[in-house]
Amino acid sequence: MLTLKCPYCGVQADETELSPGGEAHLTRHGPGSDDDAFESYLFMRRNPRGPHFERWRHAMGCGKWFHAARDTATMQVFGTYSAQTTESPQTILDAIRAVNPDFQYGAAE
Amino acid sequence: MSDTALQGAVYRGYVHVSEAKPRPMVSLKGDLSDESLRDAVRLTMNSDFPEALSVIGGDKGQVAWMAPDELLLFPESAAEALSSIQHKLGDAHVLALDVSDMRTEIVLKGAGAREVLAKASPVDFGALPPGTIRRTRIAQVPAAIWLADAETAHVICFRSVARYVFDVMAMGARKGGEIGVF
Ligand SMILES: [Zn+2]
Repeated sequence: MLTLKCPYCGVQADETELSPGGEAHLTRHGPGSDDDAFESYLFMRRNPRGPHFERWRHAMGCGKWFHAARDTATMQVFGTYSAQTTESPQTILDAIRAVNPDFQYGAAE
Repeated sequence: MSDTALQGAVYRGYVHVSEAKPRPMVSLKGDLSDESLRDAVRLTMNSDFPEALSVIGGDKGQVAWMAPDELLLFPESAAEALSSIQHKLGDAHVLALDVSDMRTEIVLKGAGAREVLAKASPVDFGALPPGTIRRTRIAQVPAAIWLADAETAHVICFRSVARYVFDVMAMGARKGGEIGVF
């Protein structure tokens, strides 16, 4: 069972109280972008075996969106953090590198 | 408001499940760190301002912390609370709404109250102290739950799913279904 701590209300929420929001830290490519960038923004998602960054919403709770970092293979949760950021905070990256010393964000999986 | 969602339904299992007498509820959304908003709540409810995840009782009713930007007030009169808030906050950016008819309150009484809730919710009720409010789900629908004491639980849900929540609680409270986990 996956439980994530909502960084807004502080509740340790069960997966079934949350709505998944897919991959985090996407760059939006809207009008004016070329077709490849737009297609990539709409459809192409990383699907790593290992540390991953996701968006979740505390749907059956305070209602806030937040970010979470977890390992898709071991289910270890490295932490949750605010939605008001475009990148993972250093504390989260440190937690990931404590277990995966060579981890590079965005490296090919 | 004699026309309640469940007409005062009662189920007597190993936990007593009943629809609570309807009471006024006002939803207040805004910046909870704003001093004028905090003052408006204190003055309107004649109470303290609730800590995060808590429900507190004032002279004029209870105040529940629902989210980092949302409170649920239980005043004696929704209309009076609304006008008091409006009067004190003027045109500040807040939302205050009478949600009395939108919500139903169900009360569980008995030594197994937490156990019956735990059958339908992904919450560790053994670690939920009285006075702490927990928004979660009951089976398939959202609800807000708090314990008044170890044997009394309050559940607030949408009126539209009141029958569903009541039936889930009643089924969990059927005699013979005791587990004895708490
Ligand atoms: Zn939350």
